[in-house]
Amino acid sequence: MPTPRDIRKRIRAVVSTSQITKAMQMVAAARLRKAQQMVEQSRPYSEKMRLILEQISSASAEVEHPFFQQREVKVRVLVVFTSDRGMCGSFNTNVVRQAVRILKEPGAENIKLVLVGKKGEDFFRRQSWPILKVYKGLQGRMNLEVVRDLTDYLINLFVSGEADHVQLLYTRFKSMVSYKLSVADFLPINPPKSDKIVTRQYIFEPDPKQIFGALMPAYALTIIQMALADSLASEHGTRMIAMSLATRNAEEMVDTLTLQYNKARQGAITKELLEVVSGSEALRG
Amino acid sequence: MFKLSIVSPERTLYEDNVESLIVPGGDGYLGVLSHHAPLISTLKVGEITFRDTDKKEVIMATSGGFIEVSDNVASILVDTAEFLDEIDLSRAENELHRAEELLNVTVTAADHDRAVHSREKARNRINLVKKYK
Repeated sequence: MPTPRDIRKRIRAVVSTSQITKAMQMVAAARLRKAQQMVEQSRPYSEKMRLILEQISSASAEVEHPFFQQREVKVRVLVVFTSDRGMCGSFNTNVVRQAVRILKEPGAENIKLVLVGKKGEDFFRRQSWPILKVYKGLQGRMNLEVVRDLTDYLINLFVSGEADHVQLLYTRFKSMVSYKLSVADFLPINPPKSDKIVTRQYIFEPDPKQIFGALMPAYALTIIQMALADSLASEHGTRMIAMSLATRNAEEMVDTLTLQYNKARQGAITKELLEVVSGSEALRG
Repeated sequence: MFKLSIVSPERTLYEDNVESLIVPGGDGYLGVLSHHAPLISTLKVGEITFRDTDKKEVIMATSGGFIEVSDNVASILVDTAEFLDEIDLSRAENELHRAEELLNVTVTAADHDRAVHSREKARNRINLVKKYK
């Protein structure tokens, strides 16, 4: 039977833990809001970009670009988006598990990894699969410099022929409580096709082909940016849920401990009373 | 009067009606007024100037992008762009310096192009500040 003092100590410990998890939950909520805003704010850009691409594809019959090149796949690159920090429930475990599943599929011996996030690195560093490059230090925030670096790096791999197929493994944000693991083809890019019939006659300056050449890298950038934004939003969403669960558990624990503490305290008082009463009884004799 | 929106991958920089617009098109500077014919063009490093409905002239530095005009709406997609008063002159000068140093040591064509591009961007910013301040 623990003494009331021991129980009080435990209560204090649990309360301070719950304060920490509460704070983390709040931080995650704020970051999530920011990440969602980010997605919203970058939407006009990517939508316009898509529109221009569709217009050009339908204006000039044959569009060619190095990014479209389909070739025999000798080397595949898988980009895995994880987080830098933990405490976000099963988020990283799920991503890593999916990555391993892909790596263990038959015919996956030619896959090389590009890792985004420290958690992914922590896991794959101890494994035998080849890692080409690691991007970390995002700390749960969007960083366009990193997005540019990563995009340039991947494009370079593909255009130089070091990789023939680049895929992205990331979590698609659905709602606060759910995200979906998704594997998306990045390179070669499938040119977006418009299903609407275009009636507008655009003036192109310079010619469509040149605009197209300039457009593709920017389009590739938005794909990577969207993937990262989705991954960040999922990370913060999961962390928020995990931390709110932890806070609730701590509160429950405080309740049970308080009950125990009161019982122990009452027990001690009863015992003392009994002693006093029986002592005086004995004296009266 | 027509609608102008300037967006970067990060955010919307400007969205309002304007009287006139001049952008650094792929084949040289081009002006846009109301009811311009549908147009798609690349943008080079340079200066975006537009006159808002109060006849106030607004100047921006851009590092390139695209413009699409249709139905009396001009949409500019920029890689980066900043308003004149957002330009940090000392930072631009540092960048110019770094780009020129980089230009001397680069070997690959891609690195060279990148250095030239960042030199252009820095020069553009500096020129604009000197021109209007």
